[in-house]
Amino acid sequence: MFSRDGVPVARVIVDVMLKPEILDPQGRAVQGALGRLGLDGVQDVRQGKQFVIDIDGDLDADRRAMLERLAGELLSNPVIEDYRMRVLADGESL
Amino acid sequence: MTARIGIVTFPGSLDDADAARAVRIAGGEPIALWHGDDDLRGVDAVVLPGGFSYGDYLRCGAIARFAPVMTSVVERAHSGMPVLGICNGFQILCESHLLPGALTRNDHLHFICRDQRLRIENNSSDWTRNFDAHSEIVIPLKNGEGGYVADEATLDQLEGDGRVIARYLDVNPNGSRREIAGICNERGNVVGLMPHPEHAVEELTGPSTDGLGFFTSVLSSLLEGAAR
Repeated sequence: MFSRDGVPVARVIVDVMLKPEILDPQGRAVQGALGRLGLDGVQDVRQGKQFVIDIDGDLDADRRAMLERLAGELLSNPVIEDYRMRVLADGESL
Repeated sequence: MTARIGIVTFPGSLDDADAARAVRIAGGEPIALWHGDDDLRGVDAVVLPGGFSYGDYLRCGAIARFAPVMTSVVERAHSGMPVLGICNGFQILCESHLLPGALTRNDHLHFICRDQRLRIENNSSDWTRNFDAHSEIVIPLKNGEGGYVADEATLDQLEGDGRVIARYLDVNPNGSRREIAGICNERGNVVGLMPHPEHAVEELTGPSTDGLGFFTSVLSSLLEGAAR
């Protein structure tokens, strides 16, 4: 991926989900709504967040490690949430 | 000389004025502190007030934690300065890892605003020492994300060390584990509380004046510290 100026841009995806043992009342409300709208058999719904980060330049090991650290420090709260970080390959869609 | 109690204003703080008023009524001198300034202006204690710092974006308190003022607050808290976080302030203390656990969305999903009965479970912290043991108080509670959670081992440790400072009575208003309304750190100088004592300091506007006890407590703690 390239920016408008032709600078390479990496796209990093961070998914954040509540830990399985943490109650997710929003997910439960969505589960109820799905049932009311006629979808039978929904066992569980968990709601999470996705961060899409576009960042200039190649992601060297240092910057990748820094992103990883910030995903655990800022983007998620390790007390209640898990995160998963991945770097999109060229042309790969979300 | 009266004690100087700093009240931090973040973008989105709501209850900083009420907290300052509570400090004044209790007999202290409120000092305004600004989120973007790491200077604590020589205060003896700090209150992190309620509200919606940074719009509650990302997670409640998650961005406030990285404000310049918090670097100084965290540093001084580790060396024993009394810090009280109320509601959003409690969320900031958890995000800052000054207190364990986290506050999550109320289990019933509704924002709640009610006069809440509590039992003071620990009257030895810097912010609760003027309460009688097991006293029951009524102060306002207003939150959307006030459900206290921590893993079982942490909850057991908090209970075992007597670090649950207040517990909800009558109803569990937000799904907090073990009806926990407030906790403190090991030393007892850092206290987080979901309900709002600063709104219960005058007969005219509050359901009681029970909230004053938190603010007179810290003045007693500071006086004793100065005498030591």
